[in-house]
Amino acid sequence: MEYFLQQLINGLTLGAIYGLIAIGYTMVYGIIGMINFAHGEIYMIGAFISIITFMVLASLNVTSVPLAIIIVLAVTMFFTSVHGWTVERIAYRPLRGSYKLAPLISAIGMSIFLQNYVQILQGARVRPMRPLLRGGITLLETNGFAVQISYLQIIIIVLTTGLMIGFSFIIGSTPLGRAQRACEQDRTMAALLGVNVDRTISLTFVIGACLAAVAGMMVTLYWGVVDFFIGFLAGVKAFTAAVLGGVGSLPGAMLGGVLIGLIEAFWSAYFTIEYKDVAVFVILVLVLIFRPSGLLGRPEVEKV
Amino acid sequence: MAVQSIAVTGRVDIPAIVKEAFLAAVVTFALSIPLVGFQTVDVMGGIDYVTHFDRVAYAVVSVFIGRLTLGWLKATRATTAGSGPSAASAAMARIAALASEYSLPIGAVGLLLAVAVPFTNNYYIDLGTTVMIYVMLGWGLNIVVGLAGLLDLGYVAFYAVGAYTVGLLSVNFGLGFWVCLPLAGFFAAGFGMLLGFPVLRLRGDYLAIVTLGFGEIIRIVLLNWQSLTNGPNGIGDIPRPSFFGLPFARSAPAGHETFAQFFGLDFDPNQRTTFLYYLILILALITNLFTMRIRRLPVGRAWEALREDEIACRAIGINATNVKLSAFAIGAMFAGFAGSFFGAKQGFISPESFNFTESATILAIVVLGGMGSQLGVVLAALILVGLPELGREFEQYRMLLFGAAMVGIMVFRPRGLLAHRTPSIRLYGKGAAS
Repeated sequence: MEYFLQQLINGLTLGAIYGLIAIGYTMVYGIIGMINFAHGEIYMIGAFISIITFMVLASLNVTSVPLAIIIVLAVTMFFTSVHGWTVERIAYRPLRGSYKLAPLISAIGMSIFLQNYVQILQGARVRPMRPLLRGGITLLETNGFAVQISYLQIIIIVLTTGLMIGFSFIIGSTPLGRAQRACEQDRTMAALLGVNVDRTISLTFVIGACLAAVAGMMVTLYWGVVDFFIGFLAGVKAFTAAVLGGVGSLPGAMLGGVLIGLIEAFWSAYFTIEYKDVAVFVILVLVLIFRPSGLLGRPEVEKV
Repeated sequence: MAVQSIAVTGRVDIPAIVKEAFLAAVVTFALSIPLVGFQTVDVMGGIDYVTHFDRVAYAVVSVFIGRLTLGWLKATRATTAGSGPSAASAAMARIAALASEYSLPIGAVGLLLAVAVPFTNNYYIDLGTTVMIYVMLGWGLNIVVGLAGLLDLGYVAFYAVGAYTVGLLSVNFGLGFWVCLPLAGFFAAGFGMLLGFPVLRLRGDYLAIVTLGFGEIIRIVLLNWQSLTNGPNGIGDIPRPSFFGLPFARSAPAGHETFAQFFGLDFDPNQRTTFLYYLILILALITNLFTMRIRRLPVGRAWEALREDEIACRAIGINATNVKLSAFAIGAMFAGFAGSFFGAKQGFISPESFNFTESATILAIVVLGGMGSQLGVVLAALILVGLPELGREFEQYRMLLFGAAMVGIMVFRPRGLLAHRTPSIRLYGKGAAS
């Protein structure tokens, strides 16, 4: 029972991170109907920018942990979103209206490019980070097994929940959110009614990149290591989360992320840790076969 | 950021161009300051950073100047005549059309050159063999991606199945290469069916992700199933292919003859490399011939029709799932053949050789060459595999350029360099429908 609870906490933390990345996939898919394959790389870039910012802050003698986290969050979100915006501008916008596989291949190319770009600039070795926050709260202790939630896990879960609330507000009741939802439903009609479609799509990429940047920063804090290849697996898992929740549905992405996190944590805990990635891929295949619209998604009707 | 540099009067609007270039420079600055400006380096017991603000400055200045030049060129060209990127694209389209029209003579010349490779030196034979493996894989994947329009990101899985078939059967059961070759194709096709059956109902981009997942599953299983595959250490001592039972060796076991003895030649280790080169050349040519022929058969026509419009195909009674499945299985079969050759040639295989980068490389070859174009695959394989081998110092930039080329070609020629749609049926002239 205690073991179970501990895994539940670990899984939720992991799931929060996947969920944040998954939102980027689901939003982009909803609005332009493509899988933004380079999104995992955006998250990786976010992780790198945050580790660099942490180091610069440390050398500037910023010792207050909350202040450091807030500064890093802001800096990482800004610079990562510039990357997200540029990727859309260079690799996807010229292909709008091109034949259907072109944007996907362009996205794969972008993903390979960004991976190697970071590898050349920052080196291929794993980048470790000194732990910023240690310790946690012991929830209950029986027979010498303590169920513990670390301060970092609390930060991750609280921050994710806060972002989700803020984000739902943006989508639900601001002009930007309205334009975004309009473009999702019918881009041509939205353009006719005066919505600046190009800008809305750009902003979608910027928001997705911001959330991925937060996820990247959390991972840097949580695991303490970053390398140029982390985007690939995280990207595929987050995409699985998006599909599981129903592509195009924002609460679905979050739910899917949490489910994937839980599955991964429990699979590693009770079965074999080597095959945890296989478990995630198998779930992806099963969901796509039996429920392609996902848990919370609307079934897609193909029209001629 | 659209270029609004053409004033109504037809004159060049210089402030707009400068503004455009300035914005580009600002974006470049924001992009390069965190990742280019600061570099993480290993130090004792942790990491530190060094700054490279000079590089940031170079990047910003060069983007500013580049953008300025581009904007200027665009504006002046637009006021004089309609040329620029569209003209380059049109020229490329003409080249593609010519290449398609004269594919027979070009192919013949290419074949002659390919046959002549072993008369150069050892280095080129080795390089040629590597390029040929990729050409064969490209032709195999071309059936799936180019003809049937199914984006397969896990093609390397079937390549791995072929290689491991040879590795396991020859090491555990002592079977020779020539027995394993068809078996490898058979198993790979079986895996293709196994995977394809449930997932081929999916839409294009979902299929891409599922095949990617499948490729990863195969790799992880190969890595972790220690008792069967020996995990990350791989399988060694795979016997090399023999010349129809005549081994390439200094001496043969009692009662057998070596290749050199049988033909009354002196033993020379180059005989084997030459033989391997011709073997993969023939295997690749079989793939090509098969594709060219099957394109003209009903199933091949159905592949291309399905790629263009699935709904219309269903409406005229094509069983989409079966047609896709056949493309998937046949593509997988050729990957299996190539994999078995790879395993036997190397004599050693490990899961390392079958990662996602490999899948992406093969896909890039097909896409850059021009989907559905057999000549394009050869061209792309030469550029993507052959050139980096020749210029070793570019090794670390290879994948970077790869990715950039994939994006660039999609933006300027979404259907690939040598993509050209040959009409399947003509109303008049050569090959007209009667």
